[in-house]
Amino acid sequence: MSSRPELQAPPEIFYDDTEARKYTSSSRIIEIQAKLSERALELLALPDDGVPRLLLDIGCGSGLSGETLSENGHQWIGLDISQSMLDVALEREVEGDLLLSDMGQGLPLRTGVIDGAISISAIQWLCNADKSSHEPRLRLKAFFGSLYRCLARGAKAAFQVYPENVAQRELILSSAMRAGFAGGVVIDYPHSSKMRKEFVVLTCGPPSISSSVPQGKGQDGESCSDDESSGDEEDQTVCISDRHRPRKKQKVTKKGRTRQWILKRKEKGRRKGNVVPRDTKYTGRKRKARF
Amino acid sequence: MRLLIHNMLSSNIKGVINGFPLRIEVDKVEEKQVDFDAAFLRKMFHKIEWKALLDAALTLGYAELPEEAPDSSVLESDEFLQKFHHALLELDLEEGALVCPETGRKFPVTKGIPNMLLHEDEV
Repeated sequence: MSSRPELQAPPEIFYDDTEARKYTSSSRIIEIQAKLSERALELLALPDDGVPRLLLDIGCGSGLSGETLSENGHQWIGLDISQSMLDVALEREVEGDLLLSDMGQGLPLRTGVIDGAISISAIQWLCNADKSSHEPRLRLKAFFGSLYRCLARGAKAAFQVYPENVAQRELILSSAMRAGFAGGVVIDYPHSSKMRKEFVVLTCGPPSISSSVPQGKGQDGESCSDDESSGDEEDQTVCISDRHRPRKKQKVTKKGRTRQWILKRKEKGRRKGNVVPRDTKYTGRKRKARF
Repeated sequence: MRLLIHNMLSSNIKGVINGFPLRIEVDKVEEKQVDFDAAFLRKMFHKIEWKALLDAALTLGYAELPEEAPDSSVLESDEFLQKFHHALLELDLEEGALVCPETGRKFPVTKGIPNMLLHEDEV
């Protein structure tokens, strides 16, 4: 079975009581969520004037990402489809307001009231058709259309996503562009398979200087445009294996086959009961050059 | 659900042209202490639909707000801000329902969370 939760069950069923609790009690997930929401907030590029904003957290779950927003002094509205996750959020007494809602049905919000939106690992759920009435294209359209309406002019949205493949990424982006957003994908650490994180950064309104897509973190000096990094997954594996690993090499030479190391290995062999030559003054000595 | 959120919520049932404001049916109201933040209130003031806030506050049993939509000069008055703060952020609808003004469809509110999920035929 796949490890992607998107392929196992619809979100409102996958995140049941046990899964919701598991999700929120894992310190690893909490840390990752905090880091991702910190970065998403950074990508929103809100003006630094100390005035709290009204933000939207789409797929807020148990409010892990919202906590970061509260810490930065913002008010937020959290939206999730899973009742169990929201129950955990209530228990944790998060500061934001919670809504039980399906983002694929459009956001039930008034026009132009929200100052920014973040979403951590949620948008890719829209690419699934979990019910017979679900059509990913229409759900994405409803979502981005309503998001465009409820965001204030010039407001930004930063969504961290785990697209399953290139097609999903294209589907998400093209739906956003069709709704009128400007923006693109920011990839942090594109060369690391573990730390690689993708953010869709969108600006409400026509393209301008302020809506240019910010740089991803951890990119090397060489050009790394969106097109290039969104290439085949195989390319990236090659890229990783091609990297020099000087430190590792150094380690090998440093260790060397010193006398001490050889004695240790021989001792180990003896303990295992192998036939090992005895230790003499010649053990581990270099041969002379003329040999 | 605080009135700040009520002021932002709008019914998004297919075919509904003006889903705002949602009518409130009250079963249980709570009052929660929230830190006073004048900067946020001043910013939100321009986004709030005054009529909707006034009606909602009255439904929840708070009648201290001025009836006419005040102009922005009142934002300097601390007394007004305190009332505004109380109505917007401290009144909390714990149990009840929101009613779509056009279709009369009820969105239940349980434990302070409005259930805005639509049925398949409403999307």
